[in-house]
Amino acid sequence: MDISNYLYLSAALFTIGAVGVVVRRNAIVVFMCVELMLNAANLAFVTFSRLNGNLDGQVASFFTMVVAACEVVIGLAIIVTIFRSRRSASVDDASLLKR
Amino acid sequence: MNANNAIVLLIALPLFSSAILLLSGRKSDKWGHLLATAVSATTFVIGVYEFFQMHSRPSTDRPLTQKLFEWISVGGFQVDASLLLDQLSICFVLLITGVGTLIHIYSIEYMSHDHNRRRFFAYLNLFIAAMLLLVLGDSYLNLYVGWEGVGLASYLLIGFWNQKPAYATAAKKAFVANRVGDVGLSLAIMIAFTQFGTVTFAGVKAGAPHASPAALTALGAMLLLAAAGKSAQFPLQSWLGDAMAGPTPVSALIHAATMVTAGVYLITRSNFVFDASPTAQAMVVTVGAITLLFGAIIGTAKDDIKKALAASTMSQIGYMILATGLGPIGYAFAILHLLTHGFFKAGMFLGAGSVMHGMDDEVNMRRYGGLAKAMPITAVTFSLGYLAILGVPPFAGFYSKDKIIETALNAGGAKGILLGGATLLGAAITAFYMTRVIVLTFTGAKRWDSKAHPHESPILMWLPMAILAIGSVASGFLLSSGSALVNWLQPIVNAGHHEHNEELLKPAVVSSLALGLVLVGVLTAVFKYRTVPVDAPTKVSIFTTAARKDLYQDSFNEAVLMHPGQKLTTGLVYTDEQVIDGTVRGVGSSLSIISTAMRKIQNGYVRSYALVMVLGVLALVTTIWLVTL
Repeated sequence: MDISNYLYLSAALFTIGAVGVVVRRNAIVVFMCVELMLNAANLAFVTFSRLNGNLDGQVASFFTMVVAACEVVIGLAIIVTIFRSRRSASVDDASLLKR
Repeated sequence: MNANNAIVLLIALPLFSSAILLLSGRKSDKWGHLLATAVSATTFVIGVYEFFQMHSRPSTDRPLTQKLFEWISVGGFQVDASLLLDQLSICFVLLITGVGTLIHIYSIEYMSHDHNRRRFFAYLNLFIAAMLLLVLGDSYLNLYVGWEGVGLASYLLIGFWNQKPAYATAAKKAFVANRVGDVGLSLAIMIAFTQFGTVTFAGVKAGAPHASPAALTALGAMLLLAAAGKSAQFPLQSWLGDAMAGPTPVSALIHAATMVTAGVYLITRSNFVFDASPTAQAMVVTVGAITLLFGAIIGTAKDDIKKALAASTMSQIGYMILATGLGPIGYAFAILHLLTHGFFKAGMFLGAGSVMHGMDDEVNMRRYGGLAKAMPITAVTFSLGYLAILGVPPFAGFYSKDKIIETALNAGGAKGILLGGATLLGAAITAFYMTRVIVLTFTGAKRWDSKAHPHESPILMWLPMAILAIGSVASGFLLSSGSALVNWLQPIVNAGHHEHNEELLKPAVVSSLALGLVLVGVLTAVFKYRTVPVDAPTKVSIFTTAARKDLYQDSFNEAVLMHPGQKLTTGLVYTDEQVIDGTVRGVGSSLSIISTAMRKIQNGYVRSYALVMVLGVLALVTTIWLVTL
């Protein structure tokens, strides 16, 4: 099988994630879309690692996973806090930054 | 105390006393005037002591210097604050402290009803200190400090009754006109420094023979400008008439006897500059001749007794300035006239003050008349001053003014005839306007209304007048018998070495001619003012109108200097507000408009930020892709 298919899949996943971040209001869904984008990137890393025949991409994907894990912890905590104070997980409701 | 160390006391004492009076406030109201008068008298005693010390020394050892401290020391520019007491300074020290003390005594009574009398005396002492610094400084820069100091004191005293806006304006006018002259003095100091590398009198004197004629002429012209400002000479004379807004003792001390003669001092002190530059000398005599006629003509039309005397002062200082332009011998006669003028003019001003004191501050001579009976002492002392200014022998003016006329006539050629003619004509007009003052004030019918109760002034006022009157009688004879003053000043002004021109007229002829013209002036005035209308006639010749309006000097200043100046300022203010401020404000408001537009991007929605980010990354990637393709 042609190895570039993995890259197409990665690009498709990344696009789905990006579109999801932009169009969805629910913070949890946005969050999952972000995870999707990260994993799309991981897939690309691994594919390139395979293509180039070295382990650099593999290593980078591990780093990404670690960062993603940290991000999940903090991000979920923020979402829960916001939900507690506002009774809503909509990202549009939390539009106070402009003031 | 030795003679050398006492010089600084001359300045320090009145300065200190002035500070005490100004700082201690109302507490010193009771004794402030006594302290000031005592201090002034002390300086006079020190002056007399210094004079006798100086007199007892041989003529080469007479000048004394006292270095106070190193003032400025920057690279090649060294100025010490040090004092120089020589034959010329001592004349001024005696005049300033002597007349000053008399006027202090007079003011005790004259200002007794003014609740700000203490402040008045503080300013008087400040003036004495500044004027002494002016004549005792050993360099142009030290002189400049005193020069500004007397300007300040003059300003404060002219505007002493500044609750009246007109008086405050008069003070400002005097200050501004003086400022023009001060620019001349500061430029002169700069020229002296660039040319000679020093600003001391001795240094400039040593360098003057080697300097270029152009530099000396420029230096002389700037010194003349300074002198014109301070001494109310053409074209800066317009302030003196308005300066009469100050209390009369001030007019007597500052605007007749001492400060306004500072210009004569400056030119005499700088004799080495003027002797080396005939062009500068020509400018000096021109200014002097113009002013002596200018002042005399103005004096003929003034109904305000003080303004008539002020015009006379202007004219008499014109004589002195003219004399200083006549070379070495002229300086001594200028100083001689300055000293005698100090006596008789101060005496007459005090007389005018006495009249005003008795007439409820009325200054219009048309409302006087027949005051000789009510104020006999004032009338006598005033008349002695009058005879002195006319130059009637053996009164003081005869010795000083006739010498100036004589020297002017003997200046040689057309110059001599022109200058001599001007001085003779001036003498005739002087006789006319002074007779007019006497006739209007002391003789004729009473023209005051029933409310006035003219009375003789108390002894504290008439005593100084009497002493000054004695001076008006005797000072001329004393100072010129055996050429006393000329010999005394010889080492300073080099008076002994003047070249003898062919004498145009014999001294006796000159005196007779002058006396004849004076007689014509007197008779004309007596004839013209047999009857005096209480209200000034309105239908008068254009010459009278012109003289009443100070020969349109104020109108000229307003039309040529003031209005264009105001237009310029208005234009500059407009430029500042509209162009410069407009640019600054424009930058600010356009930034504000831009940011208002930009703010819409910051809508606070996370999703739109994310969209922008995605689009930005896409744009970036596309760009890189396109570039590397």
